[in-house]
Amino acid sequence: MHHYRIWATVALALLALALPFIFNSPYYQHMLILILIWATLGTAWNLLGGYCGQVSFGHAAFFGLGAYSAGLLYLHLGASPWWGMALGPVVATLIGIPIGLICFRLRGPYFALAMLALGEIFRLVFLNWVSFTNGPRGILMVAARPGKILFYYLALGILGLALWGSYLLIRSKWGYYFVSIREDQEAAEALGIPTTRYKLYALLPSAFLTGLVGAFYMNYVAFIEPNVVFSLGNVSVMIILVVILGGVATLWGPTVGAAIYIALGELFRAQLGAANVLAFGVLVCLVILFLPNGVVGEVDLFKRLMGGKRRGDVGGSLGSP
Amino acid sequence: MALLGQTVICGLLLGGMYALIAIGMTLIMGVMKIINLAHGSLVMVGMYVTYVCYRTWGLDPYLGMLVAMPVLFVLGCVIQHFLINRLLEVESILPENQVLLTVGISLVLTEIIRFIFKSDYRSITTPYTGEALLVGGMSVSIAMAIGFVIAMVFTYLLHLFLTRTDLGCAIRATAQDREAAQYMGVDARRVTVITFGLGSALAAAGGSLLLPLFYLWPDIGHLFTAKAFIITILGGMGSTTGALLGGLTLGVAESLGATYIGMGYKDVVGLVIFLLVLLFLPHGLRSLVKR
Repeated sequence: MHHYRIWATVALALLALALPFIFNSPYYQHMLILILIWATLGTAWNLLGGYCGQVSFGHAAFFGLGAYSAGLLYLHLGASPWWGMALGPVVATLIGIPIGLICFRLRGPYFALAMLALGEIFRLVFLNWVSFTNGPRGILMVAARPGKILFYYLALGILGLALWGSYLLIRSKWGYYFVSIREDQEAAEALGIPTTRYKLYALLPSAFLTGLVGAFYMNYVAFIEPNVVFSLGNVSVMIILVVILGGVATLWGPTVGAAIYIALGELFRAQLGAANVLAFGVLVCLVILFLPNGVVGEVDLFKRLMGGKRRGDVGGSLGSP
Repeated sequence: MALLGQTVICGLLLGGMYALIAIGMTLIMGVMKIINLAHGSLVMVGMYVTYVCYRTWGLDPYLGMLVAMPVLFVLGCVIQHFLINRLLEVESILPENQVLLTVGISLVLTEIIRFIFKSDYRSITTPYTGEALLVGGMSVSIAMAIGFVIAMVFTYLLHLFLTRTDLGCAIRATAQDREAAQYMGVDARRVTVITFGLGSALAAAGGSLLLPLFYLWPDIGHLFTAKAFIITILGGMGSTTGALLGGLTLGVAESLGATYIGMGYKDVVGLVIFLLVLLFLPHGLRSLVKR
């Protein structure tokens, strides 16, 4: 790591620590927490979808499992949902093992569809299993809750964990295995990489982090409902769009994507009213068409536009590990 | 016994209409090799076009369909020509970018419709809406029966088009091997544009047939997307007869699930069958026949 990178990271961390005091109003603090939630979800998805190339349309399953682990603990045992922060990620990871073993038999779009189907199955089961999950009425937590500042630092800690974990993983031998599986699975297998096992190694930390954020969400929002936490359109697909927006297979891409997504979402909501989702949809199409590797992934393009460099000067930007 | 018979018949009739929607998706998937997650939204747009025809001119949905289909054909061609084909030239890390673009398109279509018509539930009332045919203790909805017959006619016409015309052969050739088709002088880009248009028109047809049976609101598209891709996989991708078979299977399975397991689990049945087929019969139901 270069020296300036260390200093940049330290400066960024300090800025992140200071942010809730700079934006000292509950509204902005809420926005910051949402950014952290989506940044962590994106970082988790990126491990499997970005680096390993296994595009999952069903991450809402892990998010919902994490949230419901906390919620059901509270509902049935009366335990504080904070315990869910310990249980949620474990449950999501354990369920992730059979899911992975089943779905990794499939490739490319078929994997994506199988995950989509699984996410929907979880949503429908939690919606209909009323005696256990309270069904569409959801789980409402009535308990004294700490202020936003504490939630902010907790979410920041989780994002820090996700980024640090991703960084270590991607720098390790595993990271190279992930990328080789994404680029050419046959070649990876021919080189002796047990592809199914390493796909699972990418899925499990991804599921763990997603479940952790799910449990955090339950604590923060204090109300969950299957159609919200297992949502295909508002969770599974949005995670992917956040990553695409920021940059697939880049460490900071999901964080940048989440910041843009939440900030623009709020801006659109304030300025355009009912048309805000429409504006977001148009933005998504434009990004996929013109910045297919996301904002961070196309940094070289911006540099070229700013500095007027010739095309030939730019090195490869194919999301190296 | 009458309950079982009624359940199966109802499932078959609905399944025939689902199949028409799914055949559109199958065509697109066969030629483009992408899953069109905007397909349900195209169905929804088609339904709204038919709905508007009904409201403004009092046009019966089965006639409104003849307006919706050309409109959706053009819309489909535009989407394919200006958005999806454009993406073929863009280099990106994930090949799934085209699928994600269809997600974006679906979002845009749904929101445009929501902007114009609001989220209200709408429905149309035709003279035959409540009518039913009584056959040996089983009652069969007239709207369902008509829809099924029209869906079968369209399926047959499409089959003729794909097997008997030059353009149909070009579509099938591109689906089999794009490069080989290009060597034979097929303009693959034009074929993809026409295929997407055709798929969208079929989606509109299916939607119009279902309009007398379903409530209409902007988010109904997701429902049809899910059904269409389940059927497409069941049918073993790229095969019209397969999609027809898949549609009927899904219709019956859902209908049985709704009657004997519970209304809420109806969609779970379809998804579980989908996963099982994906895992154990990767070529769809056809592989059962071949063995």
